[in-house]
Amino acid sequence: MEIPTIIGAGLIVIGAGMGIGKIGSSAMDAIARQPEASGKIQTAMLIAAALIEGIGFAALFA
Amino acid sequence: MTKTFFKALIIFASLNAFAQESNNVEFELEVETPAQEAKKEVIVEFIDHHLKDSHDFNIASWEGENGHEEHFGFPLPVILYSQEDGLVVFSSSKLHHGESVAHVGDNYYMLDHGHIYKTDAEGTISYDPEHHATNEKPLDLSITKNILMIFLVSLLMLWMFSSMAKSYKKGPIPTGAGRFLEPIILYIRDDIAIPNIGKKNYKKYMPYLLTVFFFIWILNLFGLTPLGTNVTGNIAVTLALALITFLITNLTANKSYWGHIFWMPGVPKLMRPILAPIELLGIFIKPFALMVRLYANMVAGHTVLMSVIGLMFIFQNVVGSSLSFVLAFALSLLELLVAALQAYIFTMLSALYFGSANEEHHDDH
Repeated sequence: MEIPTIIGAGLIVIGAGMGIGKIGSSAMDAIARQPEASGKIQTAMLIAAALIEGIGFAALFA
Repeated sequence: MTKTFFKALIIFASLNAFAQESNNVEFELEVETPAQEAKKEVIVEFIDHHLKDSHDFNIASWEGENGHEEHFGFPLPVILYSQEDGLVVFSSSKLHHGESVAHVGDNYYMLDHGHIYKTDAEGTISYDPEHHATNEKPLDLSITKNILMIFLVSLLMLWMFSSMAKSYKKGPIPTGAGRFLEPIILYIRDDIAIPNIGKKNYKKYMPYLLTVFFFIWILNLFGLTPLGTNVTGNIAVTLALALITFLITNLTANKSYWGHIFWMPGVPKLMRPILAPIELLGIFIKPFALMVRLYANMVAGHTVLMSVIGLMFIFQNVVGSSLSFVLAFALSLLELLVAALQAYIFTMLSALYFGSANEEHHDDH
């Protein structure tokens, strides 16, 4: 629990949060433009979010 | 690594103790009582025990009347193999959860941090300077809790799907539990397998994709029950699944796959030797990421959930405990979503890799 570890963990979470937030926001814009495609957009958004979360967790653990 | 992360969490939860040193204000902050310290120790040990594998199936344990720990669960067979003694099989009840030495035949065995070592009659274990045990360690082939759960889930899946297949003999519409499973299977075929692999080749990959999806989903759900079985949070299990995906991808790949890796079309010829090592690394890193993604999601989810539940017991007042309970409940719902999502992601990425291994050569490069 040294200070560099804590700061590093915080940076990782900021990075992952910003990435997933950006994906969520563009997904919402896309759904607003074309509500019929919302199923596909949601699927793509979840996939991208899980990938980013994967990196986030891997970094957080190592 | 998990221990450090969890201890950081607990320290953040106890910041009230640090705040006392720096202020001159009149109001009193709650001091760390020895009771709270003791509770934290118990919680840390409980979470550690939940995340790890064990040689007996322990459902609950508590402190009995005379200070002795009572356990509720059943023992599992311990199977050890070593060069001199051959195969040794005994029940893990002889190990008494690491408290006593098991006397089997001529040898004595003792549990230390989840590993079985060969020792003498008193159970002495000698440590080297890095605090690793230096006793002789036989090859451990026991049926541990995780292995038992894998067997049980495999049998459950066999039973579920074979009875569903039999029900199709009567007619095209399934009955019973098949009605829940059929849309999921069709979804995997129509939205995961065919878009990624293509209509020509998807059939030979369908068995693996279906198996891995339901296997991971059911095991993740079992991890959320009070049984305390954490199979997908075991890196060996996720390593095995990722290894199978890796083997299938590379053994059923066609020539254009290897062409895309080492001599990729569409790229200037001088750049190709530079990109080839990176693509070669990519062959290994993609399944590696599959392994770490599933493992880290499960372990982190369980750790955070159990920390919040432990927080419920540490707080002395009603407000703190009830807020922790609400947070724990919300986190459990999120964990349910994550259980299904991680199974879906693993299956979808496997299908993606199989698809890229089977791509037809198109001439637009």
